Amino acid sequence: MAKVRKPKLAVWKFASCDGCQLSLLECEDELLALANNIEIAYFPEASRKVVKGPYDLSLVEGSITTAHDVKRIHEVRKSSRALVTIGACATAGGIQALRNFKDVKEFMSIVYATPKFISTLEKSTPISDHVYVDFELRGCPINKEQLLEVINAFLNGRKPNVSPHSVCMECKARGVVCVMVAHGTPCLGPVTQAGCGAICPAYHRGCYGCFGPKETPHTRSLSAQMKKLGASEADLVRVYRTFNAGSEAFQKESFLHEKK
Amino acid sequence: MKKNKTKTIQVNYLARVEGEGSLRVKIKGQKVSEVALKIFEPPRFFEAFLRGRHFTEAPDITARICGICPIAYELGASYAMEQACGVKVTGPIRDLRRLIYCGEWIESHALHVFMLHAPDFLGYEDAIHMAKDHASLVERGLRIKKIGNNIMRLLGGREIHPINLRVGGFYKVPLKKELEGLLDDLKWGRDAALQTLHWLATLTYPDFDQEYEFVAMRHPDEYAIIEGQLVSNKGLDIPIREYDRHFVEEHVERSTALHTIMKGRGPCHVGPLARYSLNFDRLPSFVQGAAREAGLESTCQNPFKSIMVRMVEILYAFDEAVRLIDRYQMPDRPFVEVHPKAGTGYGCTEAPRGICYHRYSINDAGLIVDAKIVPPTAVNQKTIEKDLWDFVAPRVDLPNDKLQWQCEQAVRNYDPCISCSTHFLKLDVIRE
Ligand code: SF4
Ligand code: SF4
Repeated sequence: MAKVRKPKLAVWKFASCDGCQLSLLECEDELLALANNIEIAYFPEASRKVVKGPYDLSLVEGSITTAHDVKRIHEVRKSSRALVTIGACATAGGIQALRNFKDVKEFMSIVYATPKFISTLEKSTPISDHVYVDFELRGCPINKEQLLEVINAFLNGRKPNVSPHSVCMECKARGVVCVMVAHGTPCLGPVTQAGCGAICPAYHRGCYGCFGPKETPHTRSLSAQMKKLGASEADLVRVYRTFNAGSEAFQKESFLHEKK
Repeated sequence: MKKNKTKTIQVNYLARVEGEGSLRVKIKGQKVSEVALKIFEPPRFFEAFLRGRHFTEAPDITARICGICPIAYELGASYAMEQACGVKVTGPIRDLRRLIYCGEWIESHALHVFMLHAPDFLGYEDAIHMAKDHASLVERGLRIKKIGNNIMRLLGGREIHPINLRVGGFYKVPLKKELEGLLDDLKWGRDAALQTLHWLATLTYPDFDQEYEFVAMRHPDEYAIIEGQLVSNKGLDIPIREYDRHFVEEHVERSTALHTIMKGRGPCHVGPLARYSLNFDRLPSFVQGAAREAGLESTCQNPFKSIMVRMVEILYAFDEAVRLIDRYQMPDRPFVEVHPKAGTGYGCTEAPRGICYHRYSINDAGLIVDAKIVPPTAVNQKTIEKDLWDFVAPRVDLPNDKLQWQCEQAVRNYDPCISCSTHFLKLDVIRE
């Protein structure tokens, strides 16, 4: 039998907390099996070995925040057959996109004594703003079962089975009582994409939107409901501005509640 | 080789550390002339955008500083807010905080010991290559790690960025029965940790005892994880709120991470070696015995042996988890109510890599007006550089590739979490 070439996997990091790539190492039960079927060609968090590209699949974590990284993402794209972004940073700019609403120079002077040592862009942008992305996996952090599904799908040339519906559907599927209806707890579940398994409502708290907006989210009606539950305009701005503040739907809605 | 040639060892992307950084070592003739640890993790500005957020949001937001030790951020922020608002969390809720932290120690230390550091000692590029020859070792490591993660998942909802922690406690607390479901695995883990410690004792460690000022938390009756005084082996003994009077951060050009030093005293060392050396007497006697049997004294000044000390801490964390579960009584309410009060609060906990300090000022409406967060890597950076000066000096004649690998290992001793220095690693050895 001819030896089959194992597909090459690369994992890249931009501005991020490392949590999404760590999800791969958190697959304790599947990691060794995975390593038998793919070649981990570039994954500095896990290995000092560097195998040259091109890579069959690149997983990209983190957002673009420096001029150097703008160049680097183009190089990553050139050396990758398929490029999948993992997590809210890579798909929506992440928590660091909160700078997009403020003056980054002021941010620099708050954090650093000598801001001239720091080079950074004014905005934190998702990978798709810079290069073509084959698939975006949501979450802050991503869900590891979904990650395995995406790797599997790409290596087998099929579409990943990741649904664009809301967290509410997952609550129903799990039989979790609606925290908003039953307890009056504000919850972003109705406008947030499923994937986490509706963890927050299962732990008696409202969803805070870490998977970002679902397909066609109705943020206006949700905001109206949250106001009824006592949320102020300022609260609403903050609700939509967390880990997916840079996503179009959440950003737009947040602007609607900002004082002119 | 010609004398006076400078050689540089440059690791342009230091692997098996979390985050991004590089390391340059310059050797002029037979002497080390420069060591520069450079962190070029893009700055993310947490302290800036926390301003104007509600105090209850700090745990969820600061968790995103680091995916490896989110509990350190969630709890550090919670303690600081509780202090500002005059609330103290005690009893079973406090126990659950220690328990989830045991989960984080187990998971993070196991990741470091088995997947990042052990391959260096055995000469492999990574744990997956090591698994080909040492399958049972890697499998054991993965199982230990998984048990840590199971604690995180049960108490926190998920392993990375747990959702169940809040200022004042938890959103939901487990039934005793649910926690008891962990016991068999925890007891297996205790045995597995002991077995691994015996194995680690058989490895060869470079002779490299260093003079450090160790800084860690110390508690009157526990091995400190979540609360205590800040102490050192050179006389420091202060409450957390006095941190800023004794530690300063310097901003150096080569790094987006700020360097922390002790005022008037210089670099200090935080992390497992410091905790262990300052709190050996707070370990249960069977853990002390296991450490001694493995050849450790009550203090450990050889950073290469941090791999053993981490294993001792895993052993402790398994044991402590069993103890906490045995005495757990489900509280009536999962959290203590916290009402905002204008003021400043301080929080510090022992992240797997060392103390993680938080300071926040909030106003009457509960909005954050100022935030300061010092992760452990910021404190250790200077100490890592100092180690390298001393480590490379007697090894200047080693071939570059060997020297490079050994320097990388000297950095990995610290398990530096570079993304958490908020602010990636590469190595250069330049010979002139
Ligand atoms: S999306 Fe969240 S978990 Fe993933 S890298 Fe960004 S901050 Fe970390
Ligand atoms: S319920 Fe919402 S906030 Fe909670 S984990 Fe799921 S997507 Fe994230």
